[in-house]
Amino acid sequence: MGVMPKWADVVLVPLISLIIAALLSALLILAIGESPVAALKLMIEGTLLRSSGWGYMLYYTTNFIFTGLAVSVAFHAALFNIGGEGQAMMGGLGVALVCLFIPWPHWSFAIIGASLGAAVFGMIWAGLPAYLQAKRGSHIVITTIMFNFIAAGVLNFFLVGALKPKGSMDPATANFPASTHLPTFEDMASLMGFEKMFRAAPANVSFFLALVACVLVWFLIWRSPLGYEIRAMGKSEPAARYAGIGSVKIIMVAMMISGALSGMMAINTTQGESERLILNFTEGAGFIGIAVALMGRSHPLGVLLAALLFGFLYQGGAELALWTKIPRELIVVIQALVILFTGALTLMVRGPLERLFLSLRRRG
Amino acid sequence: MDFLTLLQVLDSSLRLATPLLLACLAGLFSERAGIFDIGLEGKMLAAAFLSAAIAAATGSVWLGLLAGIGASLLLSAIHGLASITLRGDQIISGVAINFLAAGLTVVISQDWFGQGGRTPPLLSGGRFEPLNLPGAVPAKEISQAGPFMQLYSELLSGHSLLVYVALLMVPLTWFVLYKTRFGLRLRAVGENPAAVDTAGISVVGLRYAAVGICGVLCGIAGAYMATALQAGFVKDMSAGRGFIALAALIFAKWRPWYALGACLLFGFFFAVDNRFQNILLPAWVMSGVLLALGCGLFAYVRNKTVLDRIVLGGLGLGLAIVATLITLSNLSAGLGSTIKIPVVFIQSLPYVLTVVVLAGFVGKAIPPRSGGVAYVKEK
Repeated sequence: MGVMPKWADVVLVPLISLIIAALLSALLILAIGESPVAALKLMIEGTLLRSSGWGYMLYYTTNFIFTGLAVSVAFHAALFNIGGEGQAMMGGLGVALVCLFIPWPHWSFAIIGASLGAAVFGMIWAGLPAYLQAKRGSHIVITTIMFNFIAAGVLNFFLVGALKPKGSMDPATANFPASTHLPTFEDMASLMGFEKMFRAAPANVSFFLALVACVLVWFLIWRSPLGYEIRAMGKSEPAARYAGIGSVKIIMVAMMISGALSGMMAINTTQGESERLILNFTEGAGFIGIAVALMGRSHPLGVLLAALLFGFLYQGGAELALWTKIPRELIVVIQALVILFTGALTLMVRGPLERLFLSLRRRG
Repeated sequence: MDFLTLLQVLDSSLRLATPLLLACLAGLFSERAGIFDIGLEGKMLAAAFLSAAIAAATGSVWLGLLAGIGASLLLSAIHGLASITLRGDQIISGVAINFLAAGLTVVISQDWFGQGGRTPPLLSGGRFEPLNLPGAVPAKEISQAGPFMQLYSELLSGHSLLVYVALLMVPLTWFVLYKTRFGLRLRAVGENPAAVDTAGISVVGLRYAAVGICGVLCGIAGAYMATALQAGFVKDMSAGRGFIALAALIFAKWRPWYALGACLLFGFFFAVDNRFQNILLPAWVMSGVLLALGCGLFAYVRNKTVLDRIVLGGLGLGLAIVATLITLSNLSAGLGSTIKIPVVFIQSLPYVLTVVVLAGFVGKAIPPRSGGVAYVKEK
């Protein structure tokens, strides 16, 4: 502690980890027989130089902001929520029930209802493991993993059974009524007179909801008494208990906020994009939240930047899969390397850096 | 259901339990030494891919097995480096290893074979063939044989070598852990590494050894999936088995013989799920069981805190509501009518059971005390 200036800790360590991950991925691309430079160029062209590329990128980013914030809030209480995937699935169920069975007059009401539905369902799904951790001492990592699988079962049960429209073969719900459809970036751009922007891209208003969530989480963690208690608990449970902070309450509250955030990811994918509930709509976004939170150092601003980066990687990866022989799974490898270097091998990055700063300080 | 059908289900349980058992014992070595390993899944997947790829390329299943173990050991080395030497977070390292395997196997197999992330189907030399024990009756004549002969030929004979290896690993693990000096030290290093260090034994060395054994066993498990259970590697073929093995490990409370029982039970669920698509049960049994569970929860939380009442009471209420719904929807057909148990219910059962065990309602599962904590030697 205190060996490195704060900026180095916050900026340099994630940046160097990212560079190592990028270099290793470049080696992998070389080994496949493609050029890393050309691949990067293709990714940038397909993502940042086209408005529809931005539309796809921000769609993925929205998911990753929600799941990244979810993992971050739990991290602040020293809890590891691997259950984002399952909580998002249940959130999707909440969104579907709200959109299908309540007649909404306008999307602006529907998005509030869907947010509540998603948050409550995600909350319940995170609340059970939290309860088991707080009251029965069951390890939250294992229980949230198990709850991911159980959530997949529950979703499957509803999509091949009760919620599937009669005569349909797809494991999916009926289409949501038109009054619940969220305006996409394309709609908003044409409202403002830009007809050809964001064509057919799935990004929608829930992106702004994600930005609001960033601000709210920042306020919660750093500006509210509850956030203080969560962070105190995360730094040292005995110290927090000594200061009169009940660990049961904090575990429950932190995990339920985390679950609600994960669940709200489903607004973007379910209400915003597919406009019905489908199987596997989460596409691993719950797990990417782990990489996003680690990379963003559990700070909302960091999470936003990391989510943008992963949104870029996701859209760019799709471009690569389309035009080269690099499969989409390359992004999973990059994600794994980011998690490895920012989460598990931090000492490998931090150690040499600390020594460097120590020697600089001695000389200066 | 006749005797032969039962035997066939048990036979397939044994086959499906084998990768679980190997991975479960792998996790047992690692976690007993104080290294949490949720990367079992990734190691199995990597081993499955490389064993199938090498077996397809060379035509030798033994080279494939070795390559699979090698792949798994490599990932184990990363886990060891991260969690023992660099004292990083063991859970995060495990998560990273799972993703690394999930991504790399597809990227490499796509580049190598160009078949959409799978390896070419393995021919006879590239697979572990079923071993027929002496005197076993061939499959065609089995329905005429007597019950003992059926038991012998169907259930005990006709598995691949790795199934017998996995079964032998159980007593071997028990022996190593409880009857050797190495095992005593390994268990001690998971409970109290400082004491082991004081005795002049290397904590780091012991933990690396445990992680290494874990790698070898996961390698065999992966190779079994790709070269014996199926003929080749398919993208994401481990399909959560590593996590089920982890569940079995907790279910077994970190003990080898219990692990055998847990894995056979979970394998049985798989087999039942594979064989019977429709399990019918009288409606009144179904709603009765759910109602009883709900009432049991209510009775349990009567004198507990508010939080207990909300969570467990809510759970009980949910079960009671489901029971009522089942009863109501079957009233017209009469209570004796049968309803189909959803397939997903059987599939989710291992996870639900693990949560129940973790919750400590059916015997408490207590992990090794120093599990998940890196050891920092005093200077």
